[in-house]
Amino acid sequence: MPPTHNVIIIGSGPAGLTAALYAARANLRPLVIEGIEAGGQLMLTTMVENFPGRRDGIMGPDLMAEMRAQAERFGTDIVQGNVTSVDLCSQPIAVKTSDAEYTSKTLIIATGASARLLGLPSERTLMGHGVSTCATCDGYFFRGEPIAVIGGGDSAMEEAVFLTRFASKVTVVHRRDTLRASKIMQDKARANPKIEWLLDHEVDDIVDGGTGEVTSMVVRSNKSGDRSEVPVKGVFVAIGHTPNTALFRGQIELDMNGYIITHDGSKTSVAGVFACGDVQDHIYRQAITAAGSGCMAAIDAEHFIDNIPEHLATV
Amino acid sequence: MMAAENVQTFTDGNFDDDVLKSGAPVLVDFWAEWCGPCKRLGPTVDALATEYVGKVTVGKLNVDENPKVSFQFQIRGIPTILIFKGGQVVESVVGLAQKEDLKKVLDKHI
Repeated sequence: MPPTHNVIIIGSGPAGLTAALYAARANLRPLVIEGIEAGGQLMLTTMVENFPGRRDGIMGPDLMAEMRAQAERFGTDIVQGNVTSVDLCSQPIAVKTSDAEYTSKTLIIATGASARLLGLPSERTLMGHGVSTCATCDGYFFRGEPIAVIGGGDSAMEEAVFLTRFASKVTVVHRRDTLRASKIMQDKARANPKIEWLLDHEVDDIVDGGTGEVTSMVVRSNKSGDRSEVPVKGVFVAIGHTPNTALFRGQIELDMNGYIITHDGSKTSVAGVFACGDVQDHIYRQAITAAGSGCMAAIDAEHFIDNIPEHLATV
Repeated sequence: MMAAENVQTFTDGNFDDDVLKSGAPVLVDFWAEWCGPCKRLGPTVDALATEYVGKVTVGKLNVDENPKVSFQFQIRGIPTILIFKGGQVVESVVGLAQKEDLKKVLDKHI
């Protein structure tokens, strides 16, 4: 049996890597299991302009590379792989990936949230053939073509503005008549002459006309109920995120939307299990708040380890 | 993203000879420097190249530098993995994929 770790951290976004940095500096030799979406949501962004200390901004993937290197510098072990199951009731806690099994005195859950989809069957079949959840990855393939961005939040605005570099026209479709995005992001998008607006509309279908590639989308007005077909070559879905908590369902307390419920800092309903970042936060969802909560989780885990009674500490 | 051992670099220039006319099945990873998820998938593809050496030819194609092949196979999203056998696309995997899942797909063709 391999040795029991002090801290295992699942996830390698800003929350997970900040938890790793603090745990490493507390000499806990943390193990990070990075997960399939290693680096988290910032890996899909371009310029991050609101991370304090980065006056001129920094590219999302570069910021994550920095955080990773900083966590490693103080003695974090990072392994590739995706966690397939956990046993939070066992003592020590058991964590399995497709190629290994680990045990740990404490667990920090930093699995974040993943892009939500519209739920249309055509969306799945046309993924990679015009439907995308990653503007920075796929915008390049739509040079000179009309495309749509679905959503009304900050990420939808960022994607729409970014995609005007390539597309002939970007139509933003949002189901309400007001946007959820911050003022600064809305202003940026509204000032862009290549962006058109279809507010109070929902996407009913994405159409390929038998070509295997997106040719148009069918939208429905929420006011009149009228349906119309809009020719587009690409549909970028940016309608928010769902927390990655399927692994923990039934073992830990979740709220009605599937987020982990935390109390007194980063504590969860299971002793020795802590949560940080977007997996427990549907309100702030920023790199800096994720990082801050990762720091809290590491400190909470350290306190927990310090207070494990002697007879249990030998497991 | 430097090519690891056993990983070929495919281009518009060598695609016909090295992929379409290959006797062995060929896995092609379509990627670009500016694609975060592609960088995440890179090490998985490197690992597959090592595990399947002698059975499957594994290589990467930079879509930015090789528009002809990317256009020919209607690549509209990356990362995309295409598996070729006898000059035909036999499998297509769009987006991030786990090694175990890619192995299942590959094993059908060797």
